[in-house]
Amino acid sequence: MCDTCGCNVTSGNAHLVEADGKLATTGDGRAAVEVLQGLLSENDHQAAHNREHFDRHGVLAINLMSSPGSGKTALLEATLDALAGRLRVAVIEGDLETENDARRIRAKGVPAIQIATGSACHLDAHMVHLALHELDLDAVDVVFIENVGNLVCPASFDLGHHRNVTLLSVTEGDDKPAKYPVMFRAADLMLLTKTDLLEVLDDFDPHRAEHCLRALASNAPVLEVSARKGRGLDAWLGWLRHEVATHRQRVAARQTLRPAVQPDGVHLHARGEPAGHDHPHVHGHPAHGHG
Amino acid sequence: MHELSVCQGMLQQVSRIAAQHDAGRVERIVVRIGPLSGVEPELLRNAFPLARAGTVAEEAELCIETLPVRVRCDRCGEETDARPNRLLCGACGDYHTRLVSGDELILASVQLVQAQTPARLN
Repeated sequence: MCDTCGCNVTSGNAHLVEADGKLATTGDGRAAVEVLQGLLSENDHQAAHNREHFDRHGVLAINLMSSPGSGKTALLEATLDALAGRLRVAVIEGDLETENDARRIRAKGVPAIQIATGSACHLDAHMVHLALHELDLDAVDVVFIENVGNLVCPASFDLGHHRNVTLLSVTEGDDKPAKYPVMFRAADLMLLTKTDLLEVLDDFDPHRAEHCLRALASNAPVLEVSARKGRGLDAWLGWLRHEVATHRQRVAARQTLRPAVQPDGVHLHARGEPAGHDHPHVHGHPAHGHG
Repeated sequence: MHELSVCQGMLQQVSRIAAQHDAGRVERIVVRIGPLSGVEPELLRNAFPLARAGTVAEEAELCIETLPVRVRCDRCGEETDARPNRLLCGACGDYHTRLVSGDELILASVQLVQAQTPARLN
């Protein structure tokens, strides 16, 4: 599948299931094999591989998630203008169809790879992997992955990125975090977008939105931005620069970072694994710190 | 509707395990799912017959064990039940909690049937 970077999905996946599991064969030729692996371990392995790619090049990867039309691409456009080349950015765009968003990004002089998912409602680690091969990561500080506009499915797929940024536009309900807990629980940062419209919208209360986020036991910061009016961008860019700087330190210390929510339950429940079934997720990844 | 891709990923895993154990077919697949995993058990159940067709698990039964949402409070140390969109401590109401259970998406076990061995000549 992949011949250009020295990796091979098949052999990379080969040690995925070192099925040294308990094999209690009964007289009638039946065997119960205990597995206790994440159901998405195919995806998670590819994601870990992607993360190694990013880390090897010192690149911070940020997954942007939101419902359709909340202003992800507009935020990127405003971000690229405001950065004015101070950080080198590349963008991976996910949509069901069209190159429209990638074109908007390229118009800013920034490399953009469009993934057309067809009917798939989310990006997965394999799609991102293919896109990575079209990017020169040595020439990049930050990769933004603009996920398919969807508040449900994208939250379940690790892409190999480091941070999740979830957008909530003020034209939506301020109770969205309560309605879509899986998505908002995954946020490392919640951005309230289109805040210039708050003047004319009296039914969106930013405090209520934050309150709903806290009810998910989330400590993620909440920032307000208006890409159109350029408001609040300083705080967002400050967050971004801080993340880039701390990621460089992590990479220098041979550590990496996974985004806010990785089902730790998998590890908690995998304690009873049989001997010789060392969890393959840790290979080549010195530390999976949360912080 | 990402349950179909979750299901396909699961069956790739299961097929590999079956091949490693020289199994002829898979009889049962047991998964554990929490409400905060983002996967709906009912949709997974619906996707399963589509995804298993033509695989070694073609005739397999899918058992889904659902797990409760539980949190442990960083402040008071209590472990309590919670709701998916209200992960506050049930004892003191604080939001500094950790999820103890509820976001699992685990392939727990598979029941394999060994490939037919040649009948013994007696």
